[in-house]
Amino acid sequence: MSTLSYSACRPRSGQRPSTLLLALSTAMASSLCIAPALAGGHTITPEVSFTLQALYADMAAGERHISGFLPEGHAHGCNPEKLCLDHSEFGLAANLTPTLRASGSVIFVDAEDKGEVEELWLQQVGVLPGVSLKAGRFLSELGYANSQHPHARDFVGSSLMNSVLSGSHLIHDGVQMKWLAPTERFVEVNAELAKKSDNSPKAWSLGAHLGDDLGTSHAWRAGLTYLHAKPVNRAGHVDDSNEVEAHTTFTGTSKTWVADVLWKWAPDGNSKERHLKLQAEYFHRTQDGQLTCEDNRADNGACIGTTSAFRSKQSGGYAQAVYQFMPRWQVGVRYERLDSGTLDFSLPIELATYKPSRHSVMLNFSPSEMSNLRLQYNRDTSMQGAPDDQWLLQYVQSFGAHGAHRF
Amino acid sequence: MRFLIILNLALLLGLTPAHAKLTVLACEPEWASLVAELGGAQVSVSSATHARQDPHHIEARPSLLAQARRADLLVCTGAELEAGWLPLLQRESGNPAIQVGTPGYFEAAAFVTLLDKPQPGQHLAGHVHTAGNPHLHLNPHNLVPIARALSQRLQQLDPTQAAFYREKGTDFLARWQAAISKWEQQAAPLRGRNVVVQHGSLAYLLRWIGLQVVADLEPIPGVEPSVNHLTSLASSLRPGAAIAILRTPYQAARPAEWLASRSQIPVHVLPYTVGGNTAAKDLFGLFDSSLRVLTAP
Repeated sequence: MSTLSYSACRPRSGQRPSTLLLALSTAMASSLCIAPALAGGHTITPEVSFTLQALYADMAAGERHISGFLPEGHAHGCNPEKLCLDHSEFGLAANLTPTLRASGSVIFVDAEDKGEVEELWLQQVGVLPGVSLKAGRFLSELGYANSQHPHARDFVGSSLMNSVLSGSHLIHDGVQMKWLAPTERFVEVNAELAKKSDNSPKAWSLGAHLGDDLGTSHAWRAGLTYLHAKPVNRAGHVDDSNEVEAHTTFTGTSKTWVADVLWKWAPDGNSKERHLKLQAEYFHRTQDGQLTCEDNRADNGACIGTTSAFRSKQSGGYAQAVYQFMPRWQVGVRYERLDSGTLDFSLPIELATYKPSRHSVMLNFSPSEMSNLRLQYNRDTSMQGAPDDQWLLQYVQSFGAHGAHRF
Repeated sequence: MRFLIILNLALLLGLTPAHAKLTVLACEPEWASLVAELGGAQVSVSSATHARQDPHHIEARPSLLAQARRADLLVCTGAELEAGWLPLLQRESGNPAIQVGTPGYFEAAAFVTLLDKPQPGQHLAGHVHTAGNPHLHLNPHNLVPIARALSQRLQQLDPTQAAFYREKGTDFLARWQAAISKWEQQAAPLRGRNVVVQHGSLAYLLRWIGLQVVADLEPIPGVEPSVNHLTSLASSLRPGAAIAILRTPYQAARPAEWLASRSQIPVHVLPYTVGGNTAAKDLFGLFDSSLRVLTAP
């Protein structure tokens, strides 16, 4: 991975900023005063990165939703037949001391023509042996794909599973603790506590992952995570029985289990020429609370502002395989299926039981280590009665310091 | 009872009393071999990568994280060679002892002068290391200051065995200097001859021996050999324009062999690091074997 690095004009080591904002402002101040980096030394070296993500989508016009599921969290989309720069990212990170790291990123939300702080955190490594603490805004370790940055994903867009769980990915404002056991086999436990989460004001999660090698050519990781969230007036919008858009709010408890498995193969452990990546995730979620449908009679809607008890038991997941058959070229297939399961409520809205699914194939070419050109076809039957054949062309180009990608 | 619980908890968290042996994780096999030379029976060393892996393209996979978690010392090349995976390995290990800037992290590149450092303002095409060429272990003279510094680091981390490490270090350097003299005699006939390479992986070895690079299979550093580039090389290289096309065990055989069949220049696979062929069992074997391959008729 080639990197460009700059060091601050004045040494700033030894500072221990007490708050996240101070840390980030320190890092930003440093980056404004750039000079060619010297190897070693004790200057803070801010890592500045920019990721351009351009997408052209050929898909059915009009808003699409996943039938049988209430929309969750924040989703930003790209309009069909239009080139968009959704989720282009500007990032800044720095090691403030050997064990204290600050990182932040701002993403460009094309649909709303604005920037959004995606991540902003401080991480202290080795609070106790093997224990790392992260505080601030961060991507949750829920499953595997949730903590991947969009430009690091193997397919364009979020999985249906991640879409119904959090819009695109679950982001917490809170603290995260990770503990790696001092064992020969990889055993990692993580716990998260969110004061403000993507889709609810309070949430906590607990997860564990195991992993190891099998011979020199295989490596795997598998885990289970439990997420407990308490949404308050979580907004959604669905069609009502008059086929008029209705706004809903949900207050209650959401309990989610996510299982994830990852298997990688590379001949002799050398992934440069050829490698295979198998990835699957499955979730099961129960929701219990109150659902309100806001009055939309002014638009000839059927909702009159009533609140109903709401219970659901839903599940789903995906499995995908990505194969690099020669340097720079990858092909992938993905199958996704959800089950709206049992839905229990009494409101005049369209939330029928349905099994949304989607098949995708993709071809990826990397002109350089810093860029990807990806063509993807989706057969999308996630919206009841409106199957869609979608063609997506994505171009990702990274500039500057580009952090390592996770396993 | 309560004491036992606390003890168990302490064991679980890894708060065990100082280990009898120093646990060392090397990023590449050459450093594992050097640690074994300098630490002998007092260290337990493993390598994160092996000779058939490209050290640029490694992932911080679970088994490596588990090893990094338990390491007292991490010995790496630095100079951005491991930029794609090492920072993540250090951070995700949760091990405060091996972070950059702590005594538990040893970076070999800090003790030698790097080749091919880009000039300020130079356009950086493809995969260029801004710090310079990191494949620095292939000049045996570089191993001298690195071995000295590494021996001191072992003494610092495990002071009770300092005398042992000092003795091992002195012994290694004496054997190493003698070996360098021998290798330089063996390599003398190669001085000034031409070779074709793939990537700058062998630059230090070639510069030390005095071999001239007349062509590179990679059009731009880090970019795979393309058909266009190979075709143009095949048409420009006359038989005898170089004594060999050189590659490492982790680089694909096909581009080099294709060019060999067109240009009548033979391909030699150099071990590159410890374990790169059966003869390269340690650092001495690595250079013995490299020179044997290069001087083979």
